[in-house]
Amino acid sequence: MNQSIDLERQRQVVTALRTVLSESCVLYREEDTRPFECDGLTLYRQVPMAVALPETESQVAQILKLCHTLQVPVVPRGAGTGLSGSALPHAGGVLLSMAKFNRILELDGIARTATVQPGVRNLAISEAAAAHRLYYAPDPSSQIACTIGGNVAENSGGVHCLKYGLTVHNVLRVRALTVTGEALEFGGRALDSPGLDLLAVVIGSEGMLAVTTEVTVRLVPLPQLARCIMASFAQVTDACHAVAALIAAGIIPAGLEMLDQAASRLVEPFAHAGYDLDAAAVLLCESDGTPEEVSDEIQHMSAVLRSAHATRVQVSNSESERLRFWAGRKNAFPAAGRAAPAYYCMDGTIPRRHLAEMLLSIQSMERKYDLQCPNVFHAGDGNLHPLILFDDSDADSVARAEQFGAEILEKTVQLGGTISGEHGIGVEKLNQMCSQFDRATLDAFGAVKQAFDPSGLLNPGKVVPTLHRCGEYAGMKVRAAAAPFPDLPRF
Amino acid sequence: MHEALAAIAEQIRAAAARHEPLRIRAGGSKDFYGNPPRGTVLDPRALCGIVSYEPTELALTVRCGTPLAQVEAALDEQGQMLAFEPPHYGRDATIGGCIASALAGPRRASAGYSYGGVRDFVLGAKLLDGQAQLLSFGGMVMKNVAGYDVARLLTGSLGVLGVIIEVSLKVVPKHQVERTLRFVMSEAAALHQLNAWGAQPLPISASAWHTEALFVRLSGSAAAIEAAAARLGGKLIEAGVAAQFWRGLREQTDTFFAGEAPLWRLSVPSSGAPVELGTQQLIEWGGALRWLRCTHGTAQIRARAQALGGHATLFRGGDRTQGVFTPLAPAVAAIHRRLRAQFDPHGIFDAGRMYPESHDANHAR
Repeated sequence: MNQSIDLERQRQVVTALRTVLSESCVLYREEDTRPFECDGLTLYRQVPMAVALPETESQVAQILKLCHTLQVPVVPRGAGTGLSGSALPHAGGVLLSMAKFNRILELDGIARTATVQPGVRNLAISEAAAAHRLYYAPDPSSQIACTIGGNVAENSGGVHCLKYGLTVHNVLRVRALTVTGEALEFGGRALDSPGLDLLAVVIGSEGMLAVTTEVTVRLVPLPQLARCIMASFAQVTDACHAVAALIAAGIIPAGLEMLDQAASRLVEPFAHAGYDLDAAAVLLCESDGTPEEVSDEIQHMSAVLRSAHATRVQVSNSESERLRFWAGRKNAFPAAGRAAPAYYCMDGTIPRRHLAEMLLSIQSMERKYDLQCPNVFHAGDGNLHPLILFDDSDADSVARAEQFGAEILEKTVQLGGTISGEHGIGVEKLNQMCSQFDRATLDAFGAVKQAFDPSGLLNPGKVVPTLHRCGEYAGMKVRAAAAPFPDLPRF
Repeated sequence: MHEALAAIAEQIRAAAARHEPLRIRAGGSKDFYGNPPRGTVLDPRALCGIVSYEPTELALTVRCGTPLAQVEAALDEQGQMLAFEPPHYGRDATIGGCIASALAGPRRASAGYSYGGVRDFVLGAKLLDGQAQLLSFGGMVMKNVAGYDVARLLTGSLGVLGVIIEVSLKVVPKHQVERTLRFVMSEAAALHQLNAWGAQPLPISASAWHTEALFVRLSGSAAAIEAAAARLGGKLIEAGVAAQFWRGLREQTDTFFAGEAPLWRLSVPSSGAPVELGTQQLIEWGGALRWLRCTHGTAQIRARAQALGGHATLFRGGDRTQGVFTPLAPAVAAIHRRLRAQFDPHGIFDAGRMYPESHDANHAR
């Protein structure tokens, strides 16, 4: 990675960009472009040829037009908190930062909608809506920093999506520009639109189909009350069965999260959440709604958890206690960052009934690759976030971490799941796309890309692997399987 | 390959070879919907049955020809349901038609976990495209961002991209208690009230206003319904009468929908002003769905819907020569055309169902 920049080409593109943007909004010197070399996935880095920082939709349209004329790839970027490298720059391309699009354009307390620019932070929407006793439901862990434009690109989730849905369930309308700079709207302010549901396919398209310039989101009433149960289990399998038992009892908790013992022990010194460090697994189980609903549901959930062999059931008695329960879960990633030089966050989703099997497999992989891997996950959705701890200054450790991650993804596919629940494919999981989908389906993704972006210039090289790449990956897998003692670490 | 699947693939291949248009039709319960259908019938009903249903996974995978009633009965046995309360419009409705039309019932604008349209609960889908290739999008898990979300794109596609073979859906628990309240209110007052309630954490799962009467359905736990009913007031409707009322709306067997006058469906922001076209009207979805019975011109109704921030569909009857759906913006129509050219290169699926003839001219046939 990190291909060098063609300086002649760079001069040409920068000159063209400066016809649209002021000098301070076009970055091309390495010291200026270096900060954009990666997103939240730091394993992959590439300095872009140039960074454009437009301030108006018309500037974005002109940039897209000139890049199209010059046949220059364009990579859109929000806050750069993504975890799959979908905002990884292109050595011969323009990185289109939407950071300056940070205004809330309209907040309609009656229609319960907010129309915002793509660079508005996720949490800023809820903060602004709080005056109307409303909020924006999807809450990815990075919500203090990540932008709504990035959320649209990745179809971001969060800890409340079992009950309140993902980005795709909470966005009504996206205004965007095509690769040639033509403005168009997907969805609308009504609950449906005529024709094919292009909004659904634009959400989660990782900036490959169009450049978002405006987003209208749905706001929902703030619940009057939320309470959280923290339940301990002596066995991970008990905790997994408890999750199924809650669903079987007809309960959709507002949040249902699990931390294994390694994760609890990792976050406790950092977050002081009060987790039971002797428990093999801790479940966080939230109820929200009216005081009557919450009281009913907490009682019901506690009973189900106890009969599913919870060894301890503690219910939050105040808002500060509830937030303390969550503090550990929400700070799992920074805590991992403190415990090891680097961590690699995985993101598979599997049918919930296979959770226990998956966790046991990960335990045996820890031994195989000689790396630790605490687990935090959205248990209600079956969305796992194994955190592989490694040393990024040691090439061997990096290689083992990558192989560990790849094996987790392969296991995810085997169990009938998906290689990404909410972080996206980006460049990170291109190989495993070849495992999850057959060639005809991958070609259909290519066809969708073609229909929106016939030139292929928008964020090229992400999400859809080439035929050649899948061929090489299949070869690699065959060679690995044919090697003697394939389960032995070979480092 | 499933025998029935092979037969459908063969019919697609033969049609492609002869450039002969195909009309995908199962029970025909939604024949009235969309522009007039054309082509040789492709009946996928031999492809039926529930492939998998795990209540604790909240997920169901079902073949397209399965009767909607059979799906709902299987869910009901486990205390679960399709959140979007789809209309059947006849005994022969199949899940394939439900997904392809993406029509949702009264619970569409519900509060809480049952909020959402058909596409919001689609997790995955299999498709036979215009070259009879079997494609598999999405999956059976709640969260999945691997590849573009084509399964949701197929929802409401009216068959223009291919034959939906199988679909995986997220299902939800049925609510413990439902209660319906009736209020006497003008249209303007009802719209105001519905939006005000919508901004509060109330367990409202459906609403309907017609001729000065507003009906509100509450769904949830007994304690929550008790508390909400006490707050809202209104007159309690007897459970049997209420169930029949909501069924009448969902299936359009209510007297409002009787007779020959054209039926228009206006999908608008819930806070949109009264339509004020002097027509018979029924309002659902907290104000976001306005049904009109009238013989007004297409242009006039579309303009009014657009002014309110939405769009209009000529749902049943009327003059269908100008197309029943609101025309697409040119940039959006261009993407539609390219998508169809990719998924259906021989142009065999009945695209006219979605697009009137004039918009169809550019598609290679």
